[in-house]
Amino acid sequence: MTPVIEVRDLTKRFTKRLDLAGRIAHRLGANIHEEVVHAVDGVNLSINRGEVVGLVGESGCGKSTLGRMIAGILPQTEGSVLLDGKDTASLAGPESKAAALAVQMIFQDPFASLNPRLRVEQIIGEAPLVHGYTDRSGLSDYIDDVMLKVGLDPSLKQRYPHQFSGGQRQRIGIGRALAVKPRFLVCDEAIAALDVSIQAQVLNLFMDLREQFDLTYLFISHDLSVVEHIADRIVIMYLGRVVESANTEALFADPQHPYTRALLAEVPRLDQRKRNFTPIAGEIPSPLNPPSGCHFHPRCPHVMPVCKTEVPVLEKHQAFREVSCHLDTTDSHDINNHSAQSDSP
Amino acid sequence: MNTEATVMKETPLQRFWSEFCESRIAVASLVVLLIIILLAALAPWITPQNPYDLAQVDVLDGKLPPGSDAYAGYTMWLGSDGAGRDLYSAILYGIRISLTVGLAAGFIALIIGTVIGLTAAYAGGRVDTFIMRAVDIQLSFPAVLIALVLVAILGRGIDKIIIALVAAQWAYYARTVRATAMVESAKEYVEAARCLALSTTRIVIRHVLPNCLAPLIVIGTVQTASAIALESTLSFLGVGLRQTEPSLGVLISNGFEYMMSGRYWISFFPGIALLLTIVSINLVGDQLRDVLNPRLKR
Repeated sequence: MTPVIEVRDLTKRFTKRLDLAGRIAHRLGANIHEEVVHAVDGVNLSINRGEVVGLVGESGCGKSTLGRMIAGILPQTEGSVLLDGKDTASLAGPESKAAALAVQMIFQDPFASLNPRLRVEQIIGEAPLVHGYTDRSGLSDYIDDVMLKVGLDPSLKQRYPHQFSGGQRQRIGIGRALAVKPRFLVCDEAIAALDVSIQAQVLNLFMDLREQFDLTYLFISHDLSVVEHIADRIVIMYLGRVVESANTEALFADPQHPYTRALLAEVPRLDQRKRNFTPIAGEIPSPLNPPSGCHFHPRCPHVMPVCKTEVPVLEKHQAFREVSCHLDTTDSHDINNHSAQSDSP
Repeated sequence: MNTEATVMKETPLQRFWSEFCESRIAVASLVVLLIIILLAALAPWITPQNPYDLAQVDVLDGKLPPGSDAYAGYTMWLGSDGAGRDLYSAILYGIRISLTVGLAAGFIALIIGTVIGLTAAYAGGRVDTFIMRAVDIQLSFPAVLIALVLVAILGRGIDKIIIALVAAQWAYYARTVRATAMVESAKEYVEAARCLALSTTRIVIRHVLPNCLAPLIVIGTVQTASAIALESTLSFLGVGLRQTEPSLGVLISNGFEYMMSGRYWISFFPGIALLLTIVSINLVGDQLRDVLNPRLKR
């Protein structure tokens, strides 16, 4: 089966170019040079039809950038995004437009993601009208239909975004994406800005829509406990690279990468109420100047000399399980002993 | 679900208006401004004399003090100028010209500046650098100087004055629009529009531009006032409009030579009219800025 979305060696570098004054200062020997941020560094990922993939990582690890590249909002520096096996960059004309519409994005901030000057009917109805999903006479019914699907009262369609609550706004954003009949949704922290009581409602809406419209999701979040509920598979990113990818149950039962272990140890759980939480040692390093070798080595409890020099490769261990760590290739028994000590409260 | 929606049934326009009315000075200024505009618009019907019609202007009526009777019989409540124009009539006709020039220059500069600013924000790179350096150079010269040079080259007349004022003012709009457009286009709703495969033109015109309007309105008001002042300055310096169709600046300039001989009214009353016009526009603009600035939202 061809995956809906496949990402090959996808890389995004942001370069801050020097202005004229900076270039002159550089020529004169000042310690100023172009700054390059490796936001996403050679990521490979494939997502099958109907799957819900959770993408988890600390803020600044490149998960949003990866999501935006998949959604076609940001151009990639290197690598390719394949939709149904076809490179989206190679498509042209109507095919390119169809590919762009097939992948839609749900944004984090329900305030900033809706144009404050447009009415709900304009927000939802603009793209279907422009792209010919409906005509002027059918537009009103089309909008009503979309609003009902996302749980909004169609009688509110004359209103402006500021007249809605956060949860309702997020529904408007989902409706806007659904109106162009996408097959793949990138949800970038789509429920992080909502009240906890509303979060569950919106999550349920996502799951209903998935069944109803045969959708596939990439669910970006910094919160493992949210992703645990809805994702079939979880991908963990650290500083622009994928460190581990596994089925949700497998990942929670037996995390392999030291970073995943550290993340899981911080998820609050009812059965471990009395334990002390120990933050991962150190800060996330600057992506301007990432550590050599394995990006996680300065914070890793199991660091070895090889970690500082060689970049670990993402290796397939079992079906649906990939880990990028030197420990697994050298001595897998050893980490279990180590981690038993370091994980105990 | 509906409770929250019913609380906010006030439309944005109603809220804008009630916030605008919070300042009494601004409301008073708006009233003064509306009266000035109304007087100027109705000038042919409420003035005893058409100061542009040389058949109605009698040089024997020249330099009469306020309250004198003209040869034709009507009373010149504000006196007359050196050429025998009734100052009350001349001021109303002068406000017409000043307002027309100010509004036309402000509007054209707004359109040109907006297009240039949006181009800079969206093209980026060298085009952006080129445009913004041009703006910097433009803004580093005093507006009067630029207008003066242009009028000297182009010659006199309303159209030429408007061209000179536009050339002196487009840069303010361009800079404002570029900055606002860059802030707006980084917002997620623009990303969403791009994700929906809408064309760049559509995104700029339908999504970005409407959200840049608030600062544009504010700059537009203040710059219109400054265009009127600039036109008066040019006319006062003698390079603006023709003597036969006097604007407020020409009237002030005409009366200036009589200032020291006790005939204060020839410069004084047009000066008051100009002051009222500019101050009221500026006060309205200030309040607009306060109301439309989202950072000052209570």
